[in-house]
Order: sequence, then structure tokens, then C-alpha cells
Amino acid sequence: MDPRINVINKRLAGVKKIIAVSGGKGGIGKSTFSAVLALTLSKAGYKVGLMDLDFWGPSGHVLLGAQGISPVEDKGIVPPQINGVKFMSIIYYTEDKTLALRRAGFDQAAIELLAVTQWGALDYLIMDMPPGVGDVTLDVIRFMEKVKFCIITTHSKVVMETVKKTLNILKQLKIPIFGVVQNMKEKNLSVEMQIKRLHVPFWGKIDFDAELEGAIGDPKKLLETKFSKNVNKLIHKDSRNHI
Amino acid sequence: MHEWALAEAVVLTAEKVAKEQGLGAIQGITIKLGQLQQIEKNILKFAIREIIQHQRSLFKKAKIRFQNEKAVFKCRNCGRKWNFANAGKLNFKESEAIHFVPEVAHVFMSCPQCKSPDFEIIKGRGIWVDSIVGEKEGPDGSENKCH
Repeated sequence: MDPRINVINKRLAGVKKIIAVSGGKGGIGKSTFSAVLALTLSKAGYKVGLMDLDFWGPSGHVLLGAQGISPVEDKGIVPPQINGVKFMSIIYYTEDKTLALRRAGFDQAAIELLAVTQWGALDYLIMDMPPGVGDVTLDVIRFMEKVKFCIITTHSKVVMETVKKTLNILKQLKIPIFGVVQNMKEKNLSVEMQIKRLHVPFWGKIDFDAELEGAIGDPKKLLETKFSKNVNKLIHKDSRNHI
Repeated sequence: MHEWALAEAVVLTAEKVAKEQGLGAIQGITIKLGQLQQIEKNILKFAIREIIQHQRSLFKKAKIRFQNEKAVFKCRNCGRKWNFANAGKLNFKESEAIHFVPEVAHVFMSCPQCKSPDFEIIKGRGIWVDSIVGEKEGPDGSENKCH
């Protein structure tokens, strides 16, 4: 018996809401959205955690400018805080080197981190998921009773096709879908109607922000971007229902 | 005390098994410790004892046993098998990282033959509950041992 599986929900007992940020493809802004959502919620006064579960391409630490920090040991692992956000990532243990990991190992590492991370009391835990619906996503679904998924898409037909598949799997598994966010929106290219036809909530749109790149690595600058202002609108838009 | 988190996992597993199997008392828990994760057995045992003392009725007679499992690796590239003793020297920081997340061994270790980081941890990865033995109360109040 793997004992770690039985302790995951205890580790999350103090967390009110878990939002898994996922999508069908890489490079559509899942990590950026996760990091900025976590920072924006923290700025609004909530207690927030961010877990980077994308072990093949961890980038939360780059977005938040996490350097020279590491978790402390206290009956498990307590994540350090960046701008008020408790941030957990495998990069604390890889020295930011490449991790050549197959799916089975990926799964084991995710279970290990979920079993030993002491989040304490949180209003929100944002999980930055790897692309698609693989082992880690399925484990998050299996082990986390409170999780809701937020799916990131763009208007690209290629991305939308994979997003539809991700949404279908989540619906089949009867997993709550918090909403779909259209990222990098340009002109009048909206996927809102396409998403609504799938009977999935459309959370909102984030405009393409050409200035965003310059803010990466600096949480304060990230909070001043147009991207963050858009995220803030989404949070307040849904305050009556979810956030 | 990272071991404390794992001790909680062991105790919760024993409680879950006791509930599922209708065990009135747990007599023994056998824990397998994989060499790769380098879990401190004495700290883990101490933490388990500390946690179960709050559950006296279920764990009163519980004996905690440990089995050490040597770590064995197999290269997916060239097929070479090797053990932890032949894995090459790890510095303190690397050992610590593997202690927390054994899969990061793929960063710090490689096949001694072809140097590939694509290897399988065949056994001896980390913590495993091998068996839980308890007493099941029969309808007439009799007790039966149960694994």
C-alpha cells in the first residue's frame, strides 16, 4: 500500500478552494495565468498558494522571480512565500536542472509533493497543471475532493480542438469546471459562443498584452500589467458565484 | 522532520485499513523503506509512536516493523542494472533533494555505463506499507487475526 495517497486530503484540509489551471496545449499561458491569478488574489487579501505541477516545464519560479528561497521542514515541507503567495515547485529539488522523467516518475513525484507539503490555512490553492489530461491531472482529480478546473484556451483552432477534448474528459469524469478563459485575445476573435455551445461556463477573456514579457520575474510589475487588470476583472466578475 | 508527514500517512493508512476490514485493534504495521529516499527509520518510528498515542484503543498493541529494501536501477537506454552503492557519489544537497523527492535522482544520477538519465527505479524507491495485521471482532465477540 502506498501510504502517501491517504494523507493528501489531510494536507489540503485547511484549503477552502482548489483551482487546477489546465489546457490542451503548451504555450497558451497556463503558468502565467496561474501565477498572476495567485498574485492578484493575494493582493485582494486572500491567503493563496501556488503549486507548479508542470514538472516537464516548470516556469512558476521564473514568473515570480523566485530566487534564493527554499521550503522549510516542519512536519513536512512548508513552502516559502513570494509576494504573499505560498509557492511550491519541484525546482527547489532539481537545482533548476533538466528532469528527464517518464510518466510513472512524474506521477510519483506529484504524489510525493502533495503528500508532504504543509499548506496550512488557504483561501485558494492554484495548481498549475501540465498540458493535456495525463497522469498528474487524473491524480489531481482522484485525490483532491475540492478541485475545480479552469481551462485556458486561445482563439486558435488547434488549441480549441484540444480544449474541447480536455473539456469532454472532465465532463465525462464529472469534474467541476470552474470556467474557460480565453487568453491572448486579439481584435474581435472570441471563442465565447463555441465554449457556451459545449455547455461549459465561459469565465472571460484576457487581451493580448505585449508589455507582459517585460514584467516576468517581478511580482509587483506583473500586478501592474494589463494582463493582471484583466484577471482582476475576472475575479470580481465571478465574486458572486465562485471567487 | 519531513518524516513526520510520512508517519501521518502511515497512521492514516492503518486507520483506513482498520475501518475497511472492521479491525478492532491493530497488532502490527510492517513498513518497507526504500534505500533511495534515505528515510531516517528512528525519526519515522518516533513520529508514528507520537501520532498513535492519541489513538490508544486502536494501536495499543501495535508493533512497528521495518524492512529495508535496496535500491536497484535499470537503464532504459542500454539495459544495464545497478544498485545505489554503484550510483556514484552524491553531495549533501543532492542527497537531501532525493530524500524529499526521489524522482529527482534522474537529475543527479545516470547510468554508469551509457550515462543516460533515462532509467527505471526497479525497487527501493521510498516508503511502502507492506502489511497491517489486526484483530477482527467476530459476531460472538471472538477475535480473528487479519492481514
